Amino acid sequence: MEKVINWLDARFPLTASYKAHLSEYFAPKNFNFWYYFGSLALMVLVIQIVTGIFLTMNYKPDAQLAFGSVEYIMRDVPLGWLIRYTHSTGASAFFIVVYLHMFRGLIYGSFRQPRELIWIFGMLIYLVLMGEAFFGYLLPWGQMSYWGAQVIVNLFSAVPFVGDALSTLIRGDFVVSDATLNRFFALHVIAMPLVLVGLVAAHLVALHEVGSNNPDGVEIKKHKGENGHPLDGIPFHPYYTVKDILGVTVFLIVFTSILFFAPEMGGYFLEANNFVPADSLKTPQHIAPVWYFTPYYAILRAVPPLFGSQFPGVAAMGVSVMIFFALPWLDKSPVKSIRYRGPKFKIALALFVIAFLGLGFLGTQPPSPTYTLISRILSVVYFLFFLLMPWYTKHDSYKTEPERVTDK
Amino acid sequence: MSEMSVDGSKRRFLVAMSAAVGGVAAVGAATPFVMSMMPSARALAAGAPVEVDISKLEPGQIVTLEWRGKPVWVVHRTPEMLAMLTKHDDKLTDPNSDEDQQPAYCKNPTRAIRPEIFVGVGVCTHLGCSPNYRPDIAPADLGADWYGGFFCPCHGSRYDLASRVLKGSPAPKNMPVPPYKYLSDSKILVGEDQKA
Repeated sequence: MEKVINWLDARFPLTASYKAHLSEYFAPKNFNFWYYFGSLALMVLVIQIVTGIFLTMNYKPDAQLAFGSVEYIMRDVPLGWLIRYTHSTGASAFFIVVYLHMFRGLIYGSFRQPRELIWIFGMLIYLVLMGEAFFGYLLPWGQMSYWGAQVIVNLFSAVPFVGDALSTLIRGDFVVSDATLNRFFALHVIAMPLVLVGLVAAHLVALHEVGSNNPDGVEIKKHKGENGHPLDGIPFHPYYTVKDILGVTVFLIVFTSILFFAPEMGGYFLEANNFVPADSLKTPQHIAPVWYFTPYYAILRAVPPLFGSQFPGVAAMGVSVMIFFALPWLDKSPVKSIRYRGPKFKIALALFVIAFLGLGFLGTQPPSPTYTLISRILSVVYFLFFLLMPWYTKHDSYKTEPERVTDK
Repeated sequence: MSEMSVDGSKRRFLVAMSAAVGGVAAVGAATPFVMSMMPSARALAAGAPVEVDISKLEPGQIVTLEWRGKPVWVVHRTPEMLAMLTKHDDKLTDPNSDEDQQPAYCKNPTRAIRPEIFVGVGVCTHLGCSPNYRPDIAPADLGADWYGGFFCPCHGSRYDLASRVLKGSPAPKNMPVPPYKYLSDSKILVGEDQKA
């Protein structure tokens, strides 16, 4: 065995990589509940890739056949329903863990110097994930697939001057059609997953270069023992692999419960209208995107058209996603973790969470004057969280950070 | 060789030129991929004109046909409906159809060649949903000031029965009227302009 390892090590950095990323990657010893979601996101990615490969074996990316082939998978392919529901539930699960993972970054300042690039890679992953989810949602070719794609592609036609040509280029036709379905399939199964895997690798390499943040937001590399290892660090394997296995177990219990007992999640994971084949002449009574897009969708609807163009709403929606990229430079606080921040940040964060969840709810609802008014207020709160951040993080009161991590 | 000095500016120039030429090549190489994403010959050919027979269309009724993959409505408006069209100019974003959303021969108060027959593309100018035909007066879900028109279920845009958008809707423009002409008293050809 040792001979084999030696032979390999002379030709490939096997042992060195194992040490650098697992057995001698020192992670802070005070990780808590919030630190499960990175590894869970990785596992959901694997679930999506595996189930996706097997769905591709029976799915037909053709406007005449797509809807029928999905029903065929659900009814006639042995255990096809299980693979398909795992994939559709996995999509929502992916966004749940990614949102919680991002929230962890927000409360413990994981996006702060020296981890700006990890945050940027993470945001790129989030953007690609949104693209992946959007392209994938067209594939069942149901009413919601069709009209959802119609609405989103038309967002691009709101771009001044080149908009119409741009949306025609995306669709490959003047309406969402077979050409659109075919190319979305290509993007969903080849282009986006390749980029996604590459970005996840970059995210992890950057993380292991700087080292993980922790709930206290202090750098464990400042205090090293005589062996050169951080005093507050423990090897990722076996300590955190064991911890993550517990997280995986609990997650899978919840995941499979949804999968077996409520795969449509009352219309939030799979919308009722999507069980009707796409009809280009009939818009469903009420169109809402899947839940993970609804906060941005609510912002889109909240902005009235200005100067005879709906571009401002589209721009506001785009900015509401992109503004996360600026976070490392908007936060001027001397401490990273929420544990040592003052009341101003805590209130701002609480308001932001309320705005995000509130907009998420409003995005699922049919438009009404009251809801539009609330959406407008919450959209303003959403943007103020970011725009006022340099001010309220500078003029907040702070507790002194400890030198070493605490046992809390 | 050791006597040769490196000409830094020459080297930078060559690197910059190589990068520029490489960039041009990259754009050239990307062109066929982008072009292949444009509508195909088949998609372009699918845009042929469509004929519709309106002899059986009773007043108040609507018929939807497909032209270039989009829904096109033909509505037989009643005299009451036509009377309403002139009474709410103040509530409309573009009452006189100044935006270029219709052929010149339909730039009139009813946005039609024959006032009672309305032909319009049923695609909301907001984000491309197809609004619903709601001829009922003051229904519970649309409120007391609704006197018939098209309501977009996606984002709540409201249009009157000439597809003109009401103020306060997310949609910025009136819905388009396609080019069309009368082949006879009871036949319309959608997709081809009438001769002046």
